[in-house]
This record gives sequence, C-alpha cells and structure tokens, in this order.
Amino acid sequence: MIRIEPRQTQSRAFAVGVPILSAVIALAFAAIPLLAAGANPIQAYGEMYKGVFGSVFAFSEVLTRATPLIFTGLAAALAFRAKLWNIGAEGQLYLGAMAAVAIGSGVLDVPGLLLLPLIVVLGAAAGAAGMVAPTYLKTRFGADEVVTTLLLNFIILIFVQMMLEGPLQDPMSLGWPQSAPILDQGMLPPLIERMRVHSGLILALILAGLAQFMLARSVWGFRLRAVGENAAAARHAGINVKRSLFGVAILSGGVAGLAGVSEVAGLKGYLTSDLSPGFGYTGIVVAMLAGLSPAGVVIAALFIASVFVGADSMSRAMGVSSFLADLVVSVSLLCVLVGSFFARYRVVRASTTRAAS
Amino acid sequence: MMDILNILLSESFWAASLRIATPLIFGVLGALICERAGVLNLGIEGIFVVGAMCGWMAVWLGAGLWGGVLVAALAGAFFGLLHAILTVPLGLSQHVSGLGITLFATSVSYYTYRTALPNVSSPPRIEPFQPLDLPMLSDLPFLGTVLFQQTALTWLALLLVAVVWYVMNRTALGVALQAVGDNPDSVDAQGLSVYGLRIGAIVVGSALMALGGAFLTMSAFDAFFFGMVNGRGWVCIALVIFASWRPGKALLGALLFGAFDALQVRLQTEIGALVPGQVFLMAPYVLSIIALVVAARSADYPRALLTPWFKGQR
Repeated sequence: MIRIEPRQTQSRAFAVGVPILSAVIALAFAAIPLLAAGANPIQAYGEMYKGVFGSVFAFSEVLTRATPLIFTGLAAALAFRAKLWNIGAEGQLYLGAMAAVAIGSGVLDVPGLLLLPLIVVLGAAAGAAGMVAPTYLKTRFGADEVVTTLLLNFIILIFVQMMLEGPLQDPMSLGWPQSAPILDQGMLPPLIERMRVHSGLILALILAGLAQFMLARSVWGFRLRAVGENAAAARHAGINVKRSLFGVAILSGGVAGLAGVSEVAGLKGYLTSDLSPGFGYTGIVVAMLAGLSPAGVVIAALFIASVFVGADSMSRAMGVSSFLADLVVSVSLLCVLVGSFFARYRVVRASTTRAAS
Repeated sequence: MMDILNILLSESFWAASLRIATPLIFGVLGALICERAGVLNLGIEGIFVVGAMCGWMAVWLGAGLWGGVLVAALAGAFFGLLHAILTVPLGLSQHVSGLGITLFATSVSYYTYRTALPNVSSPPRIEPFQPLDLPMLSDLPFLGTVLFQQTALTWLALLLVAVVWYVMNRTALGVALQAVGDNPDSVDAQGLSVYGLRIGAIVVGSALMALGGAFLTMSAFDAFFFGMVNGRGWVCIALVIFASWRPGKALLGALLFGAFDALQVRLQTEIGALVPGQVFLMAPYVLSIIALVVAARSADYPRALLTPWFKGQR
C-alpha cells in the first residue's frame, strides 16, 4: 500500500524546481504535437531558439511580448494570494486600454507633460473599476467572482466593439472599427531605437519590485496573505477582511488595466478589439508558474513570452500551427499544478511508516 | 409592447428558444453532476470546444452523425478524467485545474483543427442533424412546430434531464453521489469509494458537457469555427447555481436563457435602429450575472464543494 502524507517543511528547492521542471516538461511535450504535424522536433526547437535568441531584435520581441504578461501575471498573483479569483484580467486590460485612448487621443485639452501620467492613472483606475464590481457582488450577495469576472470579459469586449463603432471610432478610419491614435506626447517612449520594446516594460518591472516588497515586508502584505490562507482566522485576528479584499481587488484590476495602457500607449498607438490575444488568461498561467511571487512573475512572463515568440517564428519557418505555443503554455500550467502536489505531500510506503512510528 | 407579445406567441420564437437552450441543457446537467459530487469543473468551456471540434471532425472523416456524438462524448470524458485525477486523488485546486483543462482542451482542439486543415479560408461543412419530422405529431398546432422542428440532439438533451433527475432522486447511486458532495466521510464510512464516485461523476459530467459542444457543430451549425463556444460554458456555471443543482430547474434556467437570447435577436430586428446591436449581444451575459446574483444569496451549495478529501485523513 502507498500512503500520502503532508511534508513537515516546505522546501525551497521545490519552490524553484517545480516551475523549472514544468517548463522543461511542457517544452518536451511539444515534440508530440510536432511529430503529429509531420515536423522534425529537433529542427522545430532550433527554429524556436533562433526566434528567441537569434538576434537582438528577436529578444527585444520577447521583451515586448513579456510586458503585458508581467502586468496580467501580477494582477492574477496579487488576487490569488488573497484567494480572490480574478479571472477578469482580460476585460480589465481592455478597460484600461479604452481609458487610455479616450483621454490620449486629444479629447481633453491636457498640457503635454501631464498627458502620459494621466493616461496611466486613469487607465489603472478603469481596470480597478472593472474588478470592484465583481468584488462588491461577492461580498454583498455572495456571487462567485470566478463566474462574474469571466462573464464580464465577454461583456467588456462587446462594449469595446460598441465604443469602437461609436464614440471612440476614429473619424479618419473610413468606417474601420478602431480608435483615434494616442497623441505623441501620450505615448510610452520606446526603449531601443527601431525596435518595439517600450518603457511599459520598465513600469511593469517597477510594479513587480514594489509588489514583491509590499507582499514580503509590509503589514498590508501580511494581512493579504492572512486573508488568503484563512479568512475566518484573519477575521478573528481583527483584520477587516472585506476591506482587504477590496484593496487587493483595486490593485489587481488596476495592474491589469495598466497592461491595456501599456499595449495601446507603448505598442499599437490605437485601440482595436483584437488588442489582446488572451493576455489576461495567459497571466493566470504566468502567476501559477511564478508560485504567485511577483519576482517570479517576471521570470515566468519571460518564459511564456519566449514560447509565444519562438513558436511564431517556428510557425513561419516550418508551417506548423502557432497554436503549439498555447499547448505548451497550458501543459506547463497543468505540470506546475501536479508539481505543487509533490511539494506539499510525499508518497510513502505504508509499511515503512508503520515501522518508523 | 404588441410586438413583444406577438414574438412571445409565435411558434418560431419558442422553437428558437429550445434550440438555443439545448447546448446549455447539456452543459448545466454536466456541471450539476460534477458539483453535486463536490467538484467544480471550470474545464467546461474547453470541454465544449473539444466536443464541438471532435464531433465535427469525426463526422467530417466519415464516422456518421452518431459516431461523431460518441467521439465527442469520449473526448469530453478524457479531459474530465484528467480533471478528476488532478482534483480528486491529488486534491489540487479545482479552480486552477479547471482553468488549466479549459486552456489545454481549447489549444488541443485548435491545434488539431489547424493541423488537419492548414489552409482553408472557409471551413468545410458536414451534413448536420436534421429536424425529427414525426408524421402525425408534427402537424399538431403550436407544439408540432416548436418540438418537432428540433433535431435528435435536443431530444437527447430533454431525455437526459429526466434521466439525471431519476438517477439523482430515485436511485441509490444518486443518494451516494449527493452524499459524496455533502459529506464524503459518511460515504467512506459506509464502505463506498469516495474517489470512485467523484471521478465517475466528473467523467460522466464532462462527457455531457462535450455533447453541448457537439450540438453546436453538428446541429446548430455545420462547421467548426475558432471562438464559437463564446462563453457558453461559463454561462452554464452561472446557471447551475441559479438551478440550485436540480435537473428540473436546470432545464428551466436553460430555457429561460434560450428564450431571452431568442427574444434579443428578434428585438434587434424590431428596434435595432434605436440601440447599437452590441447591447443585444451583451444581454445574455448580463442576464447570467443577474441570475447568479439573485440566486447566490440563498444558494445551497453542496457542502463539500471545493474541499478535497483524502482517504485515511479526517
């Protein structure tokens, strides 16, 4: 007979080893769908490697792709820490992007220097607003936030399409559903000339650093972890659980909103309804791979961005569907989940435990 | 007002409502079985996609319509088994596992479709299920049009409502299933397998979810599109709470939803000039949230929902 028993200590080796091993397994797993598509896996991995590390430009593309994932990964990690299941980062991203183009395209007569800070602040506020509503429905009516945030993603995306065919439509777009461009002084400046990587990345890294510090060192971070680990005990210890939940909801939604700001004001310049290829959902995988640690989010976002950029480039070279990247990403999530089991429990032979005790 | 009344009295409106409700009936029943056994299955959205893709592809490859239905159900059961292994014996987070299954199942489906059909501009079509035209009954006024213009899959969905109700309320298996979602220790004490019951429930529930997806490609439409499930799975998760985990109320919830969706399509043609079309597209999702908020207060969740259970640990 085998038995499962909880480990006495949480080992640090598992915290680092599980995500790395999961990433490796997920990449190795890709060989199966590659073979099924009739492609040579070795050659495909080579193309992926070239697509990521082949040139400065290639790697700058990884950084560009990682930027929104750091934001959405942080959004998920913060909320999940408090066991607030914000699956709505996708919608909150669009709310932030909408706020950014609404202000940034010259509707308001804002002095040039103030425009960018205003876009960032209001974009975050819009994202936060998108998370406050589900949190209110959860605390007031007990409506499961998983379902409300998921459904809100669809509602918000349709709302974006409505705005892009209505008030936000660029009069110069000849009927195409896209917003007017953000004014130059409202754009996040690029980091390297003639490349797409932009200063949204710096903003994302600063936020990750702040979140890491706050979670580990501040009273706020302590409360947040207490609420997540055992809400009843936290309440008993005098923590205002509702207030903590709203606090983390605002932060989580706000950071997701910044993902949208960063994509429109750093990369695209204007808003269309296909701004995000699921960055909000991928952020959940990023957060889980990171073990919900903000510093880990940066590394996990770089890994996932590499998978996407590498798979895109491999797809162009070999004609294999780039959905391969989504496969690798989802398998890495399932692996890290299984890994968390072995980090928490160990499997022992029942007879040996009896002898030991 | 008269317009709305006219719509509500028309046969085609109710026929459309039942058609729109069909995938949701499958989905809500599937989610209900999983949750009654104590496990939330957020894999539903992805399992819908898998059912839609596998069912369609099996028919396209020549398996026949019922062969397609079987393939879809088996594919759903496979992903359900994966979710079951992760959440039952391993006791991992049901939220994360479910979302992982949705991402995995969706990407497997999309990758497979793209790999099988690399360069198609318009998706290939199959000959879908046709309305069951029963000679005498179809001539009945009103009901004849509403009921007998439906395909066999809608009939299967309605039949399954009765079957699930019967199993849940009239059999020992149903009693055990509900007990395992409320108080697994008591089930274990009776010498029944908590793991077995929960895994079985998730596998069967997931197979039903996949049939909801199969209905989309094999009855509602005749081809597979990316993004065609479009949140229907999440709607089912909301509806199951609205239905208080009861098959009869699940049918009612799905029908109300279908009726509302059919109504918005018709209103769109009536008063579409006054309001942007997107307002109507949003309405079903808003309705789901409202239904959830209304029902959440008094919701009597299965008591062991989301709580993992390990043998030999109290």
